[in-house]
Amino acid sequence: MFIIESPVVEKILVQDNVFLLKIHSPEIASVIKPAQFLNIRVSSKSYPLLRRPFSVCDVEGEDIYLLFNIFGEGTRILAGKSSGDLIDILGPLGNGFILNDDYEIAVIVAGGLGSAPFPFVTRELNDKKEIMSFIGGRTSKDVITYGMKNVFTASDDGTAGFKGTVVDLLSSKIDELKKKSIKVFGCGPTSMLKALKEFCVKQNIVCEVSAECAMACGFGICQGCPIESTNNREKYLLVCKDGPVFNVQDVVI
Amino acid sequence: MSKVDLSVKIGNLFLRNPIMLASGTVGYGSEISEFTDLNSIGGIITKSLSLKPRKGNPPQRIVETPAGMLNSIGLANVGVEEFIKSKIPFLNKFDVPLICNIAASSVDEYVECTKILTSEETIKAFEINVSCPNVKEGGLQFGNDVKAVGKVTEKVRAATSKPIIIKLSPNVSYISEFAEVVKKEGGDAVSAINTLVGTTFDINTHKPKIFNINGGLSGPAIKPIALAKVLEISRKVDIPVIGTGGIMNWEDVIEFIIVGSSAVQIGTLNFIDPAAPGKIVKEIEDYCLQNGITKISDLTASYLINE
Repeated sequence: MFIIESPVVEKILVQDNVFLLKIHSPEIASVIKPAQFLNIRVSSKSYPLLRRPFSVCDVEGEDIYLLFNIFGEGTRILAGKSSGDLIDILGPLGNGFILNDDYEIAVIVAGGLGSAPFPFVTRELNDKKEIMSFIGGRTSKDVITYGMKNVFTASDDGTAGFKGTVVDLLSSKIDELKKKSIKVFGCGPTSMLKALKEFCVKQNIVCEVSAECAMACGFGICQGCPIESTNNREKYLLVCKDGPVFNVQDVVI
Repeated sequence: MSKVDLSVKIGNLFLRNPIMLASGTVGYGSEISEFTDLNSIGGIITKSLSLKPRKGNPPQRIVETPAGMLNSIGLANVGVEEFIKSKIPFLNKFDVPLICNIAASSVDEYVECTKILTSEETIKAFEINVSCPNVKEGGLQFGNDVKAVGKVTEKVRAATSKPIIIKLSPNVSYISEFAEVVKKEGGDAVSAINTLVGTTFDINTHKPKIFNINGGLSGPAIKPIALAKVLEISRKVDIPVIGTGGIMNWEDVIEFIIVGSSAVQIGTLNFIDPAAPGKIVKEIEDYCLQNGITKISDLTASYLINE
C-alpha cells in the first residue's frame, strides 16, 4: 500500500462511454492482484475532494488498466486525461479473488461496469482453468465484454444476447456447467450480487463477489464502507479492508 | 536540532509540534502509520471510544459534497476494553502523545470510560466528544447544552489528573459560551470544531443519500466557519484552542494558528493524502524559518484586527 504518481500511456474508448486508461506503473503492476483496487485522486483541487476507487482491470507487463464510464465529476476529469498526465494512485487496496483453489471451471458473472476486474482474472487463469463468462447489462450499451473469453451475454431489454438478467442466463446453463467442478466470481450492481448469492447458495456453488460501497479512504480509517457479516452481527466488516472480495456465505448482500 | 521551536504546551500536555491527527480520521493509528511517521507528528487522537463496542450506522455512511463530505459513521468502535487489549500495544511502539477521544450517552459513561483509561500510561490526555451529530443518544444532546457540557467537564475533571480537552460543536450560536464553561469547570483546552450537521438528497428517489439522513460535514467547505469559531473563542475566553476544520495544507495550519489555535488537527485530509501530516510539519517549519519565527507558539492569536 503506497501513494504514487504514474503517467498515462493512452486512453482507449472501448465502447460508447466506456473508457480504458492505460497507466505505466511498474510499482503497482508488480504487486496488484485481480479484484484489488486503487483509490485515485483525480484532481488536487477541493472538488472533487475524495479519491475514487477503481478495480484494476488488467495488468500487462509494467502497465495497469482502469475501466470506467463517465458517471460524475471525478470520472469526467479522469476521462479527460491524456498521455503523459500523472495519475495520483493510492494502492493496491483490499483483497483479491482467490483464483488458485480446487475447481475446474471459473464462471465469471458480471453486470455493467462490474466487468472491470475480469480481464485481469481472465489473463491470470488463461492457462490454468477453463473460463466461462456471463456478462449482462440493462441494454447492449451496458454489456462490457472487453478482455474476456467464452462470453455469453444478457440484457434486460434483449438488445444483446439473452433477454433477462445475467443470473437467469447462468441458471439456464448451470446443469451443463455443473458436470465439472465450478467456482463463480461475481461483480456488478448490488441487486445482481443479491440474486447471484441466492442462486449459488441454492445450487451449493462456491461463489466470491467483489462488493461495492461508497468510501473515503479505501484503507480502513474512515470506517465509511460497512457490510453486514453473517458470522458476527455485532460488528460490520469493511468493504475496503476486509473485502472488496467476499465469499457470499460470509456477508449479507 | 530544529532551528525553530515547534513545541506546544496545552495544560500538562507537551506536543513536539502543533500537528495533531483528528479523531475518527486515523482509526487507532496502524493504517496511517504506513504513510506518515507517527513519531514526527504532535499527537494522535483515537477514534471515539465508548464503554461498550458500538457497531455504528448501516451504509451509506459517507457522501461527497462540494469541497467536503458528509459522514454518519455512528461512533463505530471497539470499546475501551478491547482498545486497551489490542490497540494500545501497537501505539506503544511510537513516541507520540496518544490522546483518547471518549464518546458516551450519559455523564456516568464519560466518567466510567475516563476512569478505566486514565491508568494507562500511554494515554497522555483525553478529548471528550460532546458534539457527535451522528448518534441518537449523547453526542449533540450534550454539545448543544451549556449546562451539560459544564457537568461533563466537571465530572471528567474529577476522574483524571491528565489533561482534558472538550471537543465543541459548531452547531450552536455562541461557541465561546461553551469554551467559557469548560474553563470554569477545569477543562485544559477545547477543540473547535466538530463537524456541522448537514444532509443531501437524491433528486430521483427523493431519499436521503446517507442512511442516518443527517451527517457531519467536514473538509475545506467548513474551514471559514471553523476559523470564525476559533477566533470567537480566542477573543473571549482564556483557554487553549485546538483548531480543526478543513485543513488541507500548511497555509491552512498557519491561518488557524494566527486566529488563535495553539495546535491544530488534521482530519478529512488524512483520507485523501495520509502522507500529508508529516509533510505539513516540515512545511510549517520552513514557513517559520523564512519569516524569522523562532517559536511557533508566538504565532498563536497573532491576528491584527482594527476596531
